[in-house]
Amino acid sequence: MAQVKNRLTPFFENITFDREDNELILNFGPQHPSSHGQLRLMLHLQQEQIVKAHPDIGYLHRGMEKMAENMIYNEFMPTTDRMDYVASSSNNYGFALSVEKLVGLEVPRRAKVIRMMLLEINRLMSHLFWLATTALDIGAMTIFLFAFREREYLMDIIEGYCGARLTHAAIRIGGVPLDIQDSFIAQLKTFLDKLPANIKDYEDLLDTNRIWLMRMEEVGTIPTDMALSWGCTGPMLRASGVAWDIRKEEPYELYDEVEFNVPWSDKGDNFARYRIYMEEMRESAKILYQTIDMYQECVKNGQTELMAHAPQYISAPKLDIMTQNYSLMQHFVLVTQGMRPPVGEVYVATESPKGELGFFINSQGGAYPYRLKLRAPSFWHTGILTDLLPGHYIPDVVSIIGTTNIVFGEVDR
Amino acid sequence: MRAYKPKGNVQAKPYYTDRYWQAPQVAKFDVESDEVFAADLAAIKAKFEVSDAFIQVEQMTVWINPSDIYGVLELMKDELEYTQLSEMSAIDFLEQRDEFEIFYQMLSMNKRKRIRIKFSIKNGQAVDSVSNLFRCADWSEREMFDMFGIEANGHPFMKRILMPYDWQGYPLLKTYPLEGDEFAAWYEVDKIYGKEARDVIGPEIRDTARIDRYDSERFARLGHEVPFGMDPDKEENKDKAQSYQEDGGVFLIKKLDKESSVVIDDPQR
Repeated sequence: MAQVKNRLTPFFENITFDREDNELILNFGPQHPSSHGQLRLMLHLQQEQIVKAHPDIGYLHRGMEKMAENMIYNEFMPTTDRMDYVASSSNNYGFALSVEKLVGLEVPRRAKVIRMMLLEINRLMSHLFWLATTALDIGAMTIFLFAFREREYLMDIIEGYCGARLTHAAIRIGGVPLDIQDSFIAQLKTFLDKLPANIKDYEDLLDTNRIWLMRMEEVGTIPTDMALSWGCTGPMLRASGVAWDIRKEEPYELYDEVEFNVPWSDKGDNFARYRIYMEEMRESAKILYQTIDMYQECVKNGQTELMAHAPQYISAPKLDIMTQNYSLMQHFVLVTQGMRPPVGEVYVATESPKGELGFFINSQGGAYPYRLKLRAPSFWHTGILTDLLPGHYIPDVVSIIGTTNIVFGEVDR
Repeated sequence: MRAYKPKGNVQAKPYYTDRYWQAPQVAKFDVESDEVFAADLAAIKAKFEVSDAFIQVEQMTVWINPSDIYGVLELMKDELEYTQLSEMSAIDFLEQRDEFEIFYQMLSMNKRKRIRIKFSIKNGQAVDSVSNLFRCADWSEREMFDMFGIEANGHPFMKRILMPYDWQGYPLLKTYPLEGDEFAAWYEVDKIYGKEARDVIGPEIRDTARIDRYDSERFARLGHEVPFGMDPDKEENKDKAQSYQEDGGVFLIKKLDKESSVVIDDPQR
């Protein structure tokens, strides 16, 4: 093939680089290591100070909403893994729950307990990942290694459960496909017993660290009304003075049966967000201890069911499929044609590690969702940079992006 | 003559539907069954026209006129404590009735309630921007414009957000195929190499899972892969086969022995 000249020229919208007013325009990303993915920021600078910020997203856009319209409901489940790939079970769960609400399924108690375990493990994995990468951006290499070490234990547990480390697809519509493995609880307990000491290690290294405090305290302050107006949820909102946790306020699964606190702060700065992530890890550990007890109670009471019983929507257990003709027929129809939920709309929000993860489904009674809108928290946590960054200095950009905890699989979808 | 295929909705469809099958409905409940929702609806009805309202899956849906959207959201934000706009977007009903349905998903943290405000607009009509009330609508409306081509009046920066600035077509319309249209197939080729390279490179196949089962030239010639466009059967290309394995081999993976692999010439074998 003949050598062809590369015609890919940069395309800048409404931006002139020759300016008389001493303003510098800096193109930050999309390949910047601390942009946590493919974030491009156009920063207008007066010396080191940012006067205007323009986040540009879409570099990881895969059209998941379009894909959802072309997949049967069960087919879409592994695709949700690729949204927030740091905590993929939370996405699986959000989708499964919204379809269950649409159809009106009741999930067996044992499956609910296992789901809660997976969700909280995912929350811990996500928060540890956040801590590692944010600390690394600010220059704390030790924390990065420590937190990744702990995350590795959790990934091993998850790998033992579903065979995957990042893209779990561990939750099904109507329950969970498998019971937890024999070693699961022992491994989890070993991890949880060590976790308080680990968190203390991180805090010893960071809480009074001068560099960390300079990058965190009084930097990136989000007032309450701005956080609400920009649709912030999760730790971003709780750091800005609103103690809103969907697990507590609109409980799903068995979150109304477990005891945990919702850490919040009215400071709104980076440091408040950092403290909330640390406290949430402790709360997750508390929930996990309680779910272990709940699981053992299920075992004692002989509750073995893992999938909801709804032959019209969910395949029968494997034993029935292999022994009973009618179950096999239903299974065949559900696999080849897919379930057909009733006509209607549903919006279900769950508390993912990043914030409110919502699934809006409009079903016209077909095997494919007519419209599926993914409400990913990171989308608006990126948008808020438009209003948050002006007034800050260049070095603060990295720490602010870090504490917003955005994941680009979720922003671009 | 080719068989006519309707172009109004080119998304995947089930290959079989029972002719007597009737889709069931998600249950709708009367708004009066919930006190909080009933009070909210009364407050909205006092000032604006409401064409329909019901409770579905624990949330209230309120149908209003398109021109009232700013007023309704302002009322909900200032007086009814619905402080957050969780999500907004459109649903494409162009094929059925030449309309888009727009929904606004509202959340009240004090009341722990969620309301969905909905209205329909005709194709080509714009909506009123609510980005003055809720800053997050700034990005949501841009996304809606990007995906459906619905513009928001009074929006400060009505540009594409997820797709490239110079993209043509609106990906979430039902008329837009999943693998992209003609423009999408040539977008990167035209942009990087220029139109004159179209013959050399060919259109981009955006379905990465696609396997051309009639391609017996390049597909499944393990150890004998050649670069695109090169004829693998020509004598001078024999030694140009690409190797995808490390020279030293990889732990646990058997090194491919090219001499012992066979090229099957007859696909019908």
